[in-house]
Amino acid sequence: MSNTTITPQAAPNRRNTELMMLGFAVLVPMLAYANVGLAGDGSLPMGSLIKYGFGLGVFAGIAHLLVRKFAPYADPLLLPLATFLNGMGLMFINRLDLDIVKGIGLGGRHGTAAAGSQLMYSAIGIGLFVGIVVLLKDHRLLQRYTYTFMALALVLLVSPIPFPGDMYGAKIWIRLGPFNFQPGEFTKIVLTIFFAGYLMAKRDALALASRKVMGLYFPRGRDMGPIVVVWLLSILILVFERDLGTSLLFFGLFVVMLYVATERTSWLLFGLFMAIGGAVVVGTLEPHVHDRVAAWLDPLAAYNGSGSVQSEQLAQALFGYGTGGLLGTGLNQGHPTEIGFAARSDFILTTVGEELGLAGMMAIFMVYALLIERGLRTSLAARDPFGKLLAAGLSVTIALQVFVVAGGVTGLIPLTGMTMPFLAQGGSSVITNWALVAILIRISDTARRPAPPAGTFDPGAQVAPRRGSHASGRDGTPAGGTTPPQPSATPADGSSAPDPEALTVAGGVPSAPGGPPPGGSGTPPRPFVPPPNPGGGAPFGPPGQGGSGGPNP
Amino acid sequence: MNKPLRRVSVFCLILVAALMLRANWVQVVKADDYANNSHNKRAIYEKYSHPRGDFLVEGKPITSSVKTDDKQYEFLRKYEFGPMYAPVTGFISPFVGKNLLESIDDDILSGKDSRLFVRKVLDTVTNKGTRGGNVALTINAKAQEAAYNGLKDKTGAAVAIDPDTGKVLAMVSTPSYDPNVLAQNDRNAVAKAYDGLTLDTNKKRKTPDTNFDPKMPMDNRALRYTYAPGSTFKLITAAAALSTGQFKPDTVPTVPLSGGKLFYPNSNQFLPDSHPAECAGASLQKALELSCNTVFASVGQQVTQEKVKAQADAFGFNNFGKGSQNPLDIPSRAAMSVFPTGLDQGQLMRSSIGQDSVAATPLQMAMVVAGIANNGKVMKPYVVDELRAQNLSVLEKTQPQVAGEAITPEVAQMLQDMMKGVVDNGTGKSAQIPGVTVGGKTGTAQHGENNNKNPYAWFVSYAKGADGKKVAVAVVVEDSDAERNEISGSGLAGPIAKAIMEAVVKK
Repeated sequence: MSNTTITPQAAPNRRNTELMMLGFAVLVPMLAYANVGLAGDGSLPMGSLIKYGFGLGVFAGIAHLLVRKFAPYADPLLLPLATFLNGMGLMFINRLDLDIVKGIGLGGRHGTAAAGSQLMYSAIGIGLFVGIVVLLKDHRLLQRYTYTFMALALVLLVSPIPFPGDMYGAKIWIRLGPFNFQPGEFTKIVLTIFFAGYLMAKRDALALASRKVMGLYFPRGRDMGPIVVVWLLSILILVFERDLGTSLLFFGLFVVMLYVATERTSWLLFGLFMAIGGAVVVGTLEPHVHDRVAAWLDPLAAYNGSGSVQSEQLAQALFGYGTGGLLGTGLNQGHPTEIGFAARSDFILTTVGEELGLAGMMAIFMVYALLIERGLRTSLAARDPFGKLLAAGLSVTIALQVFVVAGGVTGLIPLTGMTMPFLAQGGSSVITNWALVAILIRISDTARRPAPPAGTFDPGAQVAPRRGSHASGRDGTPAGGTTPPQPSATPADGSSAPDPEALTVAGGVPSAPGGPPPGGSGTPPRPFVPPPNPGGGAPFGPPGQGGSGGPNP
Repeated sequence: MNKPLRRVSVFCLILVAALMLRANWVQVVKADDYANNSHNKRAIYEKYSHPRGDFLVEGKPITSSVKTDDKQYEFLRKYEFGPMYAPVTGFISPFVGKNLLESIDDDILSGKDSRLFVRKVLDTVTNKGTRGGNVALTINAKAQEAAYNGLKDKTGAAVAIDPDTGKVLAMVSTPSYDPNVLAQNDRNAVAKAYDGLTLDTNKKRKTPDTNFDPKMPMDNRALRYTYAPGSTFKLITAAAALSTGQFKPDTVPTVPLSGGKLFYPNSNQFLPDSHPAECAGASLQKALELSCNTVFASVGQQVTQEKVKAQADAFGFNNFGKGSQNPLDIPSRAAMSVFPTGLDQGQLMRSSIGQDSVAATPLQMAMVVAGIANNGKVMKPYVVDELRAQNLSVLEKTQPQVAGEAITPEVAQMLQDMMKGVVDNGTGKSAQIPGVTVGGKTGTAQHGENNNKNPYAWFVSYAKGADGKKVAVAVVVEDSDAERNEISGSGLAGPIAKAIMEAVVKK
């Protein structure tokens, strides 16, 4: 099973597909804006159509151009899917703003519009996306900072504790003056990078040294340390931050990555039991979690006067789905603000269900499924274990988060305070998710890039001509696109910057993998393809390893 | 690592599939439960998202739906005549429910009725915008206005019925209220108005509700209040007597007077008369004209309790209305009028003149007169003539129904003549209308412990116009501010009855 599903040599450049799909991803929300306006006051909302619909399209277009240049072999669906979800999210937030600003359904309280700031955060997110695609030449650079990321993750995890909690008592916010952050969102990427780096180093010990009990391989006691630590950490999050969602997400993420790294099913079972055990104990002891479980078991108890369920949010959400039915009430014709202000954030899916009906819900779920599966496909295609683990972890993060949030607001599982990736209002969330997609784009670009035949380390002879033809076809103008960013990205490499005229040799003649200049991070004009053998001689590994062709961290 | 990766991919797909299944569960399987949950205000918003159908009186709407900027309650219900029609139509409010016809015919008015479905689809397809169906009332606009104007400064009720069909031509209860204040979109204003109008009897209240109008303006007195009918009940006692065949209008019943007074059995208490001298030895006809208590108390005893009760039941006592086997819905449900069983002789004497435990709604007394005026046949009263679709085509027309034959046509004729005598020569002169045959009966019903409260003034009557137009009316006025000795059926209630009758029979 070591074959990847994508044959390296046959991988086409799919940038035009991406552009076409991106067109759809921008067009559909724009039509939705028109729908909102026509259903409201009967006129086309040119302002929001241009500002939000077209505006996001412009940002996504810029992102596309830079992907075209810096990650030409990247998966063609990731960017359009993310743009579509972000665009639909903006559209829904803009539509909910209409009601929230007027105070409709909010018992006379008036809210402020959020679509503007969401657009700003989306722009920042796409900026970060672009930054990562342009600056992160190889995802394996991240591996170097495994333990730095661990420290960062710990700091981010405990940071909300001193701050006041939300209405459910969940402490997931850092509040600094006018700015609120949800560090949990950032943590998920940081933690995934750490897990990927850590498991890459330890996977052999975890996979091989085990005892067989009843046909299953169980880890040795001393190897159980890490999983116990993460488990405890999740429980602590649950107890101190009362955040069921983050707790579930991180623990689930770790167990899945552990399973992928070690290929040992026993880890899954082991993790499952630990998760259930922990959830049951905390669910019974911790009153906030207990409340949410009660609301999940009987959402309509909010109305029976027993006081066992305080919030009618979930009940109102269910009413919304029921009213929406198969086809929905139509955009701007439902009453999603019955849920309150949360309609724009945690409960945004309810607006989808009410106004676009089951049809809209299925479409949105399908888009998430596509995003997740494209991420996992990237993981399958990746040729280095770190990339595989990282891509798998990031994809599973999205999957778990979508499941936890959507499951919560549809009453499938107890409600947690998390946001639908890209769709919901929330700066931290949208920025983080764009960064996440950027890393996936980077990994998929590396994975799908045509590789030299195994064992050949002379790219100049075989790879360069084909690349050259791609480069010219891709960039349109000779050399213009290929070279200028290089100096800025790799200042140390200035001396070896290729001759702009030397199009056909742009692939790698100037610097063979074995010989980057001292300083390591210097890259050839074209990022080099790692050999199919994972970890073996990664040319852009950590400094000191680069080019030595050997040490597998 | 690819084998676990593929498994993880499947796992992620299962997660999404679980979400999809759940979405199907809440949006298809459970959708109707959730959509129609009483706490789901979206159902109410939906109702207000298109114009509600109207009530029609003589083909003209007395309500309307006004489009507002409100996104939740888009169409505002307007009651053009405010308190005048409130006892008929009731109210509908976004916040405090609905009652009477607004509640009973809600499916038609809101457009939910299945008979309106095809039209609704057509309207949607042709983008005309849907609206509710309409409810055409039997009310006579002029009669309603006359009744309301006569009662609006008093506390009381009036009902007018077409004797031939049972159509309710007027139904007024005062003090009334303006349903527009409950129909408005301002939740707080509605809550405040509703609180001021009603008594909250919720046992969970910590302090008793003191903020309410003690006259209960939202109660429909014409349908839901039972009053001692007083002397108007003498019509039923007379009907029972005439039906035995032993009495004729000119029969002089034997009254066991001693010293000019009629004492209760084994008691030194006696039954008073307002005209004791003329009542002594009066014929049945004369006794009705002067409203002699002694004569009718004795007649009741002679006819026997069973027959008086049977006669009352034939007109609808103990028979229709709330709590009986045969609820009287017009279509709003009326309270049951009562003539009890197991009375001793003293109670029978008082019951025969409409006191003691006898109780009747104004609607019931109008039915009695209507039965007499319709030659003995009591028609089932109704207030909804037709249910109409959005385009006013008739979906359903109420057919007049005979509720029962209370008396023979001969007895009915005798009673009509006797009632005419009351208006021509007796206590009911205030209801005379030149050129119109009018028969009536006054009543002044005592109530309260030891009759210490101001009595109820009753007037029941019928009128037959030259062109065959008929109307039967019952008016009751509760203790108004008048001096006690000025309260009489003739003085207070008679002119109101006259005005209603005039509105119907005069051109």
